[in-house]
Amino acid sequence: MTAPPHIWVEPEHLRDAARRLRETGGRLQMAYAWYSEPSRLELRYVATEAGQSHFAVWRCAPNGAAPSLAGIWPLTGWYEREITDLFGLVFSEHPEPHRLMLHEGVNPIRPPFDPDYPAQTPLEAELKQQSVPEVAGATADVQLLPFGPVRADVFESGEFLFFYVGESILHYQPRLFFKHRGMEKRFEGLAAEGGIVLAERISGVASVAHVLAYCQAVEAAATCVAPPRARFLRVLLAEMERLYNHLHYLGHLCHTTTLKVGEAQGKLLEERVKQLNARLTGSRFLRNILTVGGLRRDLSPKGWLEAELKTLQEDFSVYARHLENTDSHLDRLITTGILEQRVAFDQGATGPVQRASGFDRDVRRDHPYAAYAELPLTVPVRDAGDAHARAQVRMAEIDASIAVVQHVLSLLPDGPIKADCEVPPGSEGLGFTESPRGTLFYAVHFDQRGRLARVKIKSPSFSNWRVFPFTVHGSNMMDYAINEASFGLTIAGCDR
Amino acid sequence: MPLWTLLGLRQGKQTAPWPLAEGADGQAAFIGMPRYNSDRCTEECRACADVCPTKAITIRLQAAESGRLDIDYGRCIVCQLCTETCPTGAMTRSSDWAFGARRRQDLVWQSSPFEPSSADRASRRGFRRSLHVRHVDAGSCNGCESELQALNSPFYNLHRLGIFFTASPRFADLLLVTGPVTYAMLTPLRATYEAMPEPRWVMAIGTCAVSGGIAEGGYASGHGLDGVLPVDVYLPGCPPNPAAIIHALLMFLDRLPQRVQGGRLGE
Ligand code: SF4
Repeated sequence: MTAPPHIWVEPEHLRDAARRLRETGGRLQMAYAWYSEPSRLELRYVATEAGQSHFAVWRCAPNGAAPSLAGIWPLTGWYEREITDLFGLVFSEHPEPHRLMLHEGVNPIRPPFDPDYPAQTPLEAELKQQSVPEVAGATADVQLLPFGPVRADVFESGEFLFFYVGESILHYQPRLFFKHRGMEKRFEGLAAEGGIVLAERISGVASVAHVLAYCQAVEAAATCVAPPRARFLRVLLAEMERLYNHLHYLGHLCHTTTLKVGEAQGKLLEERVKQLNARLTGSRFLRNILTVGGLRRDLSPKGWLEAELKTLQEDFSVYARHLENTDSHLDRLITTGILEQRVAFDQGATGPVQRASGFDRDVRRDHPYAAYAELPLTVPVRDAGDAHARAQVRMAEIDASIAVVQHVLSLLPDGPIKADCEVPPGSEGLGFTESPRGTLFYAVHFDQRGRLARVKIKSPSFSNWRVFPFTVHGSNMMDYAINEASFGLTIAGCDR
Repeated sequence: MPLWTLLGLRQGKQTAPWPLAEGADGQAAFIGMPRYNSDRCTEECRACADVCPTKAITIRLQAAESGRLDIDYGRCIVCQLCTETCPTGAMTRSSDWAFGARRRQDLVWQSSPFEPSSADRASRRGFRRSLHVRHVDAGSCNGCESELQALNSPFYNLHRLGIFFTASPRFADLLLVTGPVTYAMLTPLRATYEAMPEPRWVMAIGTCAVSGGIAEGGYASGHGLDGVLPVDVYLPGCPPNPAAIIHALLMFLDRLPQRVQGGRLGE
């Protein structure tokens, strides 16, 4: 992997550069901040340029407030608010200048990522309600329903505000980051290998996607490459992860459409894959295998996994056929929660969510890593943008994943599983994977002692949570749970 | 939907016989807590303690007859680094997962022989029939939730054991908490507990809830439930597998014995 080109952009030229990127068919992917020196805050922007297989990285040294790009790239709105909360940097003319990551009522003595923030000092919070928009006009009938952060059943914590009249939702506002654990900061000061167990525990159901993106970021910094056997096995693990996630998704979606047998069957297939995972790695979440430079130990998937996946494939296709022929289920999905292509693009939708709204993007194919360049990969795309399209994309991805794993099993080369990786002091790297929920980025920076100085994690749910409310405004209460399930969101990776 | 009924019927019985009868529990090949073989420990070696990311292993200043290491399984995230690093096989891989414990100190390694805990049993008699649990995510990585959700899959079918998840804390007997308790979840967690009728009980699910785990401390995470809520059952694991959660629930109900004592499983 060649290092992405770095371009210095003066603060006063940032907006021009952002506009040019839009006009030339590119897309801004993410933004983050870091202290390149204790008193020197630097902004980074990662961009895709049309037709390029590398990501462009912009660097900017702000003097005072930085110009907000949210007017040009709405998706940057959240990144900028995160930087304001954690680094204290203000963005001028930000359209939503509110707290995001740290809740209102938290007033740290200094921003937590400030080099002078006293380590191990917990934030103190007198939590307040989030600021909510005023409802104009005849407001008498408008009800406000706050829901969460502790929700019904077994769910991740998050709070949701509904402004509604009868069944109609006027406005919907999620308040996340109750689960913010300050994980990015925990990497700082560790050696490269020390980040492994952390990366595996940012988002449990995406352990592989996270640790793989992390390893690839470190390997980019060290300019080392994992040996072929390790790269193929990394693909295998990543696709097994996609399988149990997507099966879980389908089971949960059936739960929201009250299709009981469909729910049971989805969960049963998910459990079967988790048990295959344990047989393969000892961990139902495929943890404790990946490391910088390759794998911690070799795996023996050949001779048994082929047959297991063949049966899985058969059982899944019966299941999928049933789902696609059940009117009561489909009626609830079709036209529910339509995400228009333009909104998907502007707000930063990723993964199956963006592919269900007509965007043919998948970093496994467009920016191939591990062994994906050597494997045939189908990338399913749908145009409808509704809950059904999002489910269909995932169903087709299950077939595609099984096919990829079968290819890995037939092509799996023998040989070493780990390369030596020496991280040069002061180096940096960008790693990315297509997790089950979309594109995941890790940006890593090492200090002069070769220790981690900054790790930025961009999880796909951070992007998709930003997008999701646009499909809820103006919808109805009855469809909410179905629509939320159809997005397949998690919170842990988003909140970090 | 006749089609679906047929699909369901064709599958036959998918539920694991365990724990109601002997048989597969679905945890074959699962790698659990590392096992400590104290007799293999060599002087001067501190490889495991240095590599352990959560300081579950510390070297004793003075070696006692109970070995050189202090191992707190309540801090262990099952990362296996110690088993890979140990040069003598003193820390080895195992399939031990039934780590639910009534007392925090039962999770700390001791050389003394296994001895069942004598926690008060009478107070929980009322639950012989059914138990209602409420879950609160206090900042997990979602791994514990994934396994809690698995309990309602037909394979584990928690309902058949008379244990039910309830939406309202007002109907809950037992609170299951995951995550290290982030600063922002502290108040909602306490509020949920306060909303439960007495008598009420708490189970810490996963190493984060037991001790903070890998997320412990820093500016946003706490140290697990100790000092936040009174804990009745501790279940470390990263995450604990579904069978471990079922075992801990049945142990809470006195329907299965506690298996961990002195940081290891008894028979
Ligand atoms: S397996 Fe447990 S004791 Fe061993 S290094 Fe990992 S956290 Fe520490």
